[in-house]
Amino acid sequence: MNSLFYKNKSKRAITDKFLTGISSICAVVAILPLLLVVSYILFKGGTQLNLDLFLLEPNPSGYADPGGINPALVGTLIITSIATLIAIPVGVGGGIYLAEYSKGGAFSRFIRFGVNVLSGVPSIIAGVFIYALIVSTRIIMGSTYSGLAGGIALSILMLPSVIKTTDEGLKLVPNELRQASLGVGASMYTTILRITLPAAFRSIATGVILGIARAAGETAPLIFTALFSYYYVAGFEDVFYEMGSLSVLIYNFALEPYDAQNKLAWAASFILVLSILSVNIFARLVSAITNKTKRI
Amino acid sequence: MKEKIGIFEKRNRYGIEKNIDIVFKNSTLLLSSFVAIILFGIIIVVFSQSLESFSKYGLRFLTTSAWNPVTDEYGAFAAIYGTLITSIFSILITIPLGVGTAIFITEDFVPRAAREVIGFFVELLAAIPSVVLGLWAIFVMEPFFRGFFEFLHIRFGWIPLFSSEPTGRNSLLAIFILVVMLLPIVTSISRDTLNQVPQKLRNASYGIGAGRWKTIFSVILPAALSGIMAGVLLGLGRALGETMAVTMIIGNSNSFSWSLLSPGYTISAMLANQFGEADGSQVSSLFYAAFVLMILTLVVNIFAQWLVKKFSLKYE
Repeated sequence: MNSLFYKNKSKRAITDKFLTGISSICAVVAILPLLLVVSYILFKGGTQLNLDLFLLEPNPSGYADPGGINPALVGTLIITSIATLIAIPVGVGGGIYLAEYSKGGAFSRFIRFGVNVLSGVPSIIAGVFIYALIVSTRIIMGSTYSGLAGGIALSILMLPSVIKTTDEGLKLVPNELRQASLGVGASMYTTILRITLPAAFRSIATGVILGIARAAGETAPLIFTALFSYYYVAGFEDVFYEMGSLSVLIYNFALEPYDAQNKLAWAASFILVLSILSVNIFARLVSAITNKTKRI
Repeated sequence: MKEKIGIFEKRNRYGIEKNIDIVFKNSTLLLSSFVAIILFGIIIVVFSQSLESFSKYGLRFLTTSAWNPVTDEYGAFAAIYGTLITSIFSILITIPLGVGTAIFITEDFVPRAAREVIGFFVELLAAIPSVVLGLWAIFVMEPFFRGFFEFLHIRFGWIPLFSSEPTGRNSLLAIFILVVMLLPIVTSISRDTLNQVPQKLRNASYGIGAGRWKTIFSVILPAALSGIMAGVLLGLGRALGETMAVTMIIGNSNSFSWSLLSPGYTISAMLANQFGEADGSQVSSLFYAAFVLMILTLVVNIFAQWLVKKFSLKYE
């Protein structure tokens, strides 16, 4: 009779509690780094913020006054925009083919496989590739290191995630919508652009925005494609020259022996982390809310 | 009545409408084939650039660790060893932590809302750029662990891995920062797989009298093993190619040492450090190293995908 009752001193009850404790410790250890990193950056970087930071050029190392990060801030915006402008049409177009036209043949299976492989290629290899293809050959207007080359390198890293989210977003659109549209006489092209893409717009947009946020923080592909610049971005033709970015600024200035430059690196980290985290939180909140109220 | 039927008469498509359709289809086909073009392009370009070094040093490149632009003698053994050792140790530390966290999130120890918050935090950790983690590692983690490394060296110095005097930046710190970067990958993939294990298996196990952890170890984990393995391999692939944080904290020394407490090197760190100012056969040697790195990550990633494809549908 007694064996039916739970004995909290039995060997298995104790083992269970012990293992539950270990698993809780794992969870705490897993979120600890995030809390430590974010709180330290908010504290250390937040205290460096002032208006000059956003307006000035960084001073060469050794100066007591580090200057600002304006060129890097603008550079990150430009390089990320170039990458987005390349990756979105190619990625969405490729995703449309995979989800709407392909019939599961060898080609589409290979492309899907290729997308997964490409997303596993180390980011520094993308940099090396663009260096060999564009920087060292001076193929674009005779320029070597340029913001444009950096943007192209980043677009290689964004491409797999854009294709994947488009492909998966379109696959979630119910087939009835397509059949209805084709049934009233719309062509395949009209169906995709007017019916299925708008229906999948939110999930595609969420994925693309997360991809952009990820690309904005990438450093490895930029250090020998866009290199770095201390000077303001003055005009359009500057995309053909070396261009600074927040992430490369952090890398360069973190390794400087001077305190003033290190502070600039912390301030740049503050801006980068804050914008990336807020984009992530916003995108996930939006997708969580729309998932609950989904019509289709 | 008769004229109304006319509306339903078969309408012939105009030529231009058909052409737009065909052009649209083929342009999406072209865009999707960009993936294959880029992938093969990367392999071909990196390989062809490394040919000069490949023919000069052959496989000797992989087993020597000279790196001397003056005498033109190059070998990447220290970097390859560093890449492998940091990746393997970091993934070995990450597996129990990540899977433990995933179990915590999928079991009902705490209310659902709390578990979702933890899962959310872990995913946010993946969004932090690696260069920022590197900055944090240099200024916060390194001073914090200094005393611990001294202790390791004094107490366990007889183990070759801890045999050298700890220096400021070293391989062990690189392993620690890699663990931070791999945790989100392993945790989120393990969580997804654990969630996919059907409730029936759990009920059956409870029904025949197994406790919670007996069920987890004997039923749920074995059922989710392939997915977890795939997550681990994807993490390993990431660790092999991870550049910024590792470059900033590993110390960047091309001299080989068994000890994790001395400065080390990885292939990606070598590329990040030297590519900008390299010329001549050094560039080719760097491409050779990049090619080795690419092959390593490709093999790991393709194996991970094969594993997913082979086993993932079992319980759907």
